[in-house]
Amino acid sequence: MRGRAAGLALVVAAVAGFPLLAGTYPVKLLQEILIFGIFAMSLDLLMGYAGMVSFGHSAFFGIGAYAAALALVKWPGLTAALLVPAAAAALGALVIGFFCIRVSGVYFIMLTLAFSQMFYAVAFQNAFVGAEDGITGVPRPAVLGLDIGSPARFHGYLMVIIGLAALFVWRVARSPFGHVLRGIHENEPRMQAVGYPVHRYKLLAFMVAGTVAGLAGSLYTQFQGSVSPDAFFWTTAGEALLMVIIGGTGTLGGAFLGAAAFILLQSLVSSYTERWMLILGLTFVLLVLFAPGGIVGALRGRVGLRA
Amino acid sequence: MTAPGLLALDRLSRSFGALSAVNGVSLEVAPRERRAIIGPNGAGKTTLFNLITGHLAPSGGRVLLGGMPITGLAPHALARRGLARSFQRNNLFPRLSVLENLRLAAAADGRGSWSLLGSVSRLTAPLARARETAEAVGLAERLDVLAAALSYGEQRQLEVGLALATRPRLLLLDEPTAGMSPEETARMTRMLEGLPRELTLLIIEHDMDVVASLADRVTVLHYGEVLTEGSFAQVKDDPRVYEVYLGSA
Repeated sequence: MRGRAAGLALVVAAVAGFPLLAGTYPVKLLQEILIFGIFAMSLDLLMGYAGMVSFGHSAFFGIGAYAAALALVKWPGLTAALLVPAAAAALGALVIGFFCIRVSGVYFIMLTLAFSQMFYAVAFQNAFVGAEDGITGVPRPAVLGLDIGSPARFHGYLMVIIGLAALFVWRVARSPFGHVLRGIHENEPRMQAVGYPVHRYKLLAFMVAGTVAGLAGSLYTQFQGSVSPDAFFWTTAGEALLMVIIGGTGTLGGAFLGAAAFILLQSLVSSYTERWMLILGLTFVLLVLFAPGGIVGALRGRVGLRA
Repeated sequence: MTAPGLLALDRLSRSFGALSAVNGVSLEVAPRERRAIIGPNGAGKTTLFNLITGHLAPSGGRVLLGGMPITGLAPHALARRGLARSFQRNNLFPRLSVLENLRLAAAADGRGSWSLLGSVSRLTAPLARARETAEAVGLAERLDVLAAALSYGEQRQLEVGLALATRPRLLLLDEPTAGMSPEETARMTRMLEGLPRELTLLIIEHDMDVVASLADRVTVLHYGEVLTEGSFAQVKDDPRVYEVYLGSA
């Protein structure tokens, strides 16, 4: 336990100090990894704990991204950067979840996918949100009167928000509520038989995961200074799904490792060849075949790390 | 008039297509009574349980618990009204420990389970009840073992424990000794006999020794209908019951 805390502190220090040592591009990569890491972690809460494999998690990422863009253009403060997108994503998750949690397995996957694509279509065709171009020129918020336009300050801001969000998800997974989710994953009918209103628990799990995904979407808008309909597109959801699986489903922290592997591989391979998707695909096939527990699973097997 | 029944079935029916699995079954179980339901395979015993516990919707008739109609309520709502059930086939949380299995069942009625940021170890009431239940079903020494790693007999004990941990008024047991060795059956019977008398039991059982030692009254089902009802001695000597089990094919 002490070793793990020390390891975590070391990683946090390295991430915090990274801009002092590295150039602009590597820092941008790291920030993208952090944002997609928390996005994937929110999906892992659904997949790894509640056993709900969603292929539409991009819906909440997109809602958060657009809500932040619309709000920040008008009021560039913390409320617009965090509260508005989180609330919008929570509301979206409540509505989408209301329909989706009634079904499970493949039907749940298809329904969540369909909802995310509906949002994509709406964003793509609606002039109010910039249609296919999206919204550009989104300012970064002032945090407690402090301008976070500079790369160093934005890096610190990202770390604090993502750190708190990750702590929140980690805590939820270990809470009594998280234990109920594991019970539902193990045996949903029996949970019902002993008295749990399973649908309500699943809806709340969907909302918690959606809210954190919305926050990730908002951070991505702030990171890029713009948002496009691609935020809603199914590939965004698919990437998060891959990151969770690569990192290790049900490990939470693995989501960040999965995001790092995915984004680094993508940027590395795409700088050499146009066919980077092919290389990426092959890598994932090999990874799933030979390390079904993901990176964290492989590490646990190798060095005897315990859960 | 006798004391009002804790559980009353009023002309309860369920058909699957042309097959009438349960056909106009009426019966009343008094508080504190231990009632066995027997009958040959296909008599509709498990279907009857599924109708009572909300796992199946009846085609007709009513179910009353403590005088209140509960027909059509979802299983989780029934569990909250004090109705618990164990299943014919083990229906556990296989990758969770025995203690966590029982703790989840014990925590089902508590507001604490909605806590997003709380700590499981601080919810002491469900933990205490889980340990108590483990003691009652003979698994006190196996708290940290995963349910999947238990022996079959122990899994059956946990199966009953999950129902018991919800602290029911009425406990429905669907063949608790199914597939057990004679020793395991004897242990399960002793365990059931040791249950508190306030707990009303409705038990489906094939083992007549278990029925004889446990049941106050016995209801015999045949082709979805009540054939007869009475004490074990009365039912045992009823020629119709004899015929149903041994002949008339």
